[in-house]
Amino acid sequence: MVGAGFSMLDVSFTMLMLSFVIKKAARLAALLLMLSAVAFALVSLSPIDPVTAYVGADMLRVGPEQRARIAERWGLDDPPVERYLRWLGQVAQGDLGVSMIYRQPVIEVIGQRFLASLGLMGAAWLCSGVLGFALGVLAGGSAGSVFDRLVRWFAYVLASTPTFWLALLLLIVFSVELRWTPICCAMPAGIAPEDVTLAQRLHHLILPAATLSILGVANITLHTRQKLIAVLESDYALFARAQGETRWSLIRQHGLRNIALPAVTLQFASFSELFGGSVLAEQVFAYPGLGQAAVPAGLRGDVPLLLGIVLFSAVFVFTGNTLADLAYQLLDPRIRLAQLA
Amino acid sequence: MASVSLKRAPKRVVTFDVFNRRVRTLGMIAFSVAVLAVMMLLAQVLGVDGLQTRLDVRNQPPSWANPFGTDWLGRDMFTRTLQGLTISLRVGLIASALSAVLGLLVGLAAATLGGWVDAAITWLIDLFMSLPHMVALILIAFVFGGGVNGVIASVALTHWTGLARVIRAEVLQLKTADYVQLSARFGHSKMWIARHHLLPHLFPQFVVGLLLLFPHAILHEAGITFIGIGLSPHQPAVGVILSESMRHLSTGYWWLAVLPGLALLVMVKSFDALGENLRALLDPRTAQE
Amino acid sequence: MLSVRNLSITFAMYEAGLRRRAITPIAGLDLDVRAGELLGVIGASGSGKSLLAHAVLGILPSNASAAGQIWFKGELLTPARQEALRGKEIALIPQSVGFLDPLMRVGRQVRRAAQLSGASSPVEAQRRIFERYGLRPQDARLYPFQLSGGMARRVLVSTAAVGQASLIIADEPTPGLHPEVVAETLRHMRELADEGRAVLLITHDVGAALTVADRIAVFYAGTTVEVAPVADFQGDGAALRHPYTRALWRALPQNEFISLPGAQPTPDDLPAGCLFAPRCPLATAECRAARPELRPVRGGWARCIHVES
Repeated sequence: MVGAGFSMLDVSFTMLMLSFVIKKAARLAALLLMLSAVAFALVSLSPIDPVTAYVGADMLRVGPEQRARIAERWGLDDPPVERYLRWLGQVAQGDLGVSMIYRQPVIEVIGQRFLASLGLMGAAWLCSGVLGFALGVLAGGSAGSVFDRLVRWFAYVLASTPTFWLALLLLIVFSVELRWTPICCAMPAGIAPEDVTLAQRLHHLILPAATLSILGVANITLHTRQKLIAVLESDYALFARAQGETRWSLIRQHGLRNIALPAVTLQFASFSELFGGSVLAEQVFAYPGLGQAAVPAGLRGDVPLLLGIVLFSAVFVFTGNTLADLAYQLLDPRIRLAQLA
Repeated sequence: MASVSLKRAPKRVVTFDVFNRRVRTLGMIAFSVAVLAVMMLLAQVLGVDGLQTRLDVRNQPPSWANPFGTDWLGRDMFTRTLQGLTISLRVGLIASALSAVLGLLVGLAAATLGGWVDAAITWLIDLFMSLPHMVALILIAFVFGGGVNGVIASVALTHWTGLARVIRAEVLQLKTADYVQLSARFGHSKMWIARHHLLPHLFPQFVVGLLLLFPHAILHEAGITFIGIGLSPHQPAVGVILSESMRHLSTGYWWLAVLPGLALLVMVKSFDALGENLRALLDPRTAQE
Repeated sequence: MLSVRNLSITFAMYEAGLRRRAITPIAGLDLDVRAGELLGVIGASGSGKSLLAHAVLGILPSNASAAGQIWFKGELLTPARQEALRGKEIALIPQSVGFLDPLMRVGRQVRRAAQLSGASSPVEAQRRIFERYGLRPQDARLYPFQLSGGMARRVLVSTAAVGQASLIIADEPTPGLHPEVVAETLRHMRELADEGRAVLLITHDVGAALTVADRIAVFYAGTTVEVAPVADFQGDGAALRHPYTRALWRALPQNEFISLPGAQPTPDDLPAGCLFAPRCPLATAECRAARPELRPVRGGWARCIHVES
């Protein structure tokens, strides 16, 4: 009987997840459709001539006929709606066009670059999450103490700190003065990519990841601290103290359990800031990630790449928010079991 | 027992001193204003004399004569930083004012027109939130062809969403408030109600919203200027100064990057403190804390 | 087992404005409870009943200060002593399921209580206590929000009874419950006393307290106005000592069902003399001049100058 009950539970759980996935997929599709329309419309309004952008410095040597040929090849003179629909059709088939700067398909550029960014953002995401959570717990557990004040002050100052300046500071201290870390890039110069060791890659990852981690810490620290203080003031914390829990054993038994989920959710929801931060950090460290590719795409008018990055970053942020939702659905028994019932 | 009903004693009791708190809030506001005023005044007083190229004092570390050192052309970095901050401040001010007005109008439209307008605006806000700030900034700056217009447009168009939401929620709440309903029943026109009941509530929200937008606007302006999409090198904003300092990083001229960035941080933090404290003062929920 | 002598609790408050103010929700509170005895502590909401429980356990909020003496097993309690006794010698049964960790399975919470009370095998202790209170083994896997009202009561009693505490303080354990559940919970309280533990049953439900208590202590505005054997609550209440107690007795539905007009004074606006004087039919100028002492009256205690000893 109990066994049957559990398998029933499994079935309804699968159904629940299925409907969750379908709902989210529909939302993502709608979002991308709208975003692509808005982004495409915006880009069409730009005064920067895509042919000029494509040809770049060679513009002087390009005659009017050649210009017309390029425009025709890219279909640049067609009405915007027609161009949009054509582009959308290609996008639907997974073809984001060819990057004018890198002279290779946008999807490949994004793929390669994102892989590099993924390591950077993943490391920063984990570090800032763990460190921020720990700091938040220690500060909240000792609320009002000197340590707590220090942590809060630190977090508030970080919130006003320009990302790129922090990156420059770290570079000056650790790469220029102490010479502990490399000054740029994702690997040593003059070595074939396949010969680069993991240690070398990590060595190049440290500073960019540290920059993003330090900036990411502020938010999660303040949030965790606030949540922990609220938990410590709750009725169940009072009852736990009546049962003989001391402050830190109370935090271990009940505090962490009750603040972990909001912290995880917040961390997933921070994908947007993470991506934004990586654009600046990668620029300073000349780290060949997706963020670094976004800069020349905007600067030199590489429209296909720019649109590709716009769509991709939206998917990235959406993924973070969806994971945050999913964390609640799966980890909070009140939501999980209430929905099954 | 039913007759003996009393409120329970409050479980959590407020323990901090309101008086001290309010004095501290006012003190923080005064201090922030003073810091910003000194920065702006110094920029005026110092003028542009320090921007002259002086090849005899190139790359000097900080000293009494040049508190922020000098650059590769012998220009005084302190003067450059202050001038740069003034430019950033001006651009940030225009951008955040535009953004705040946009947020106000959009929020008002959503709340008062309702229906599909509200739905469309909510959807538009979601659309804006779906992109990382930096990507949206780059996209819009590109659309406006970069430069000052690009910076102002991109910062203005990416920062209005938060205030629009606040204004929308506030108006929706006010619309259902008893005294507003009563006022309508007394036959007061919509405009009369808007002027006498809505504006006095929205104005503080708007001012605080504007002030809190400001630090973000400056940070983002500096950010996209730094990566080269914003202000051009002919408008030496802080972002430009820091971007240029990158080229001299490996030479050990640390002051080129450290001190202007620090000044930027102080300015941003001052505005942030100003906005937060003003909000604490104006918001009836926190004003009593 | 437990003696509370002249307990008062003061909160430091800061008002909107500049003044600092102290409010004293509990002043002049006295009571005794013996091993094997169930003392019903009754009083209206706001009479400081919950604060009494927190004061005995030493878990008052940080801005509260307690004065007076609390003796436990002949020993004067200090904060350090209270910390050592909490959960081991003194256990609390809270008001509602809201006092359980919402994200922890209830079995684990009972095991943790057992562990804190010093049980050698928390798992075994939890299994036994669940059996005793008619909870199924699989109920241990439930989260607090999944519990029915009756199950929640049994789990809450389990957390206190799982250890060997010799004093159990039940703070309003029967709020808004189904009559059957109320009766069951009260029976559990009685059983705990019959095992030889001292039980403080803090409640505003006079009728419920009378069905199981040995003696009743009556609170009014943070002070003990009377302590009486439960047998004195009968007939027209002539055996009772304090006019407030008599008013409570008469207000019960099975009696005259007449409630006393007026309201209990708030802690920040206490009368100078007897706290009950503003509503008392017997009040005289003398009552309004000074607070009466608690004195022994006919095998009980009363804080009234009009009652003959």
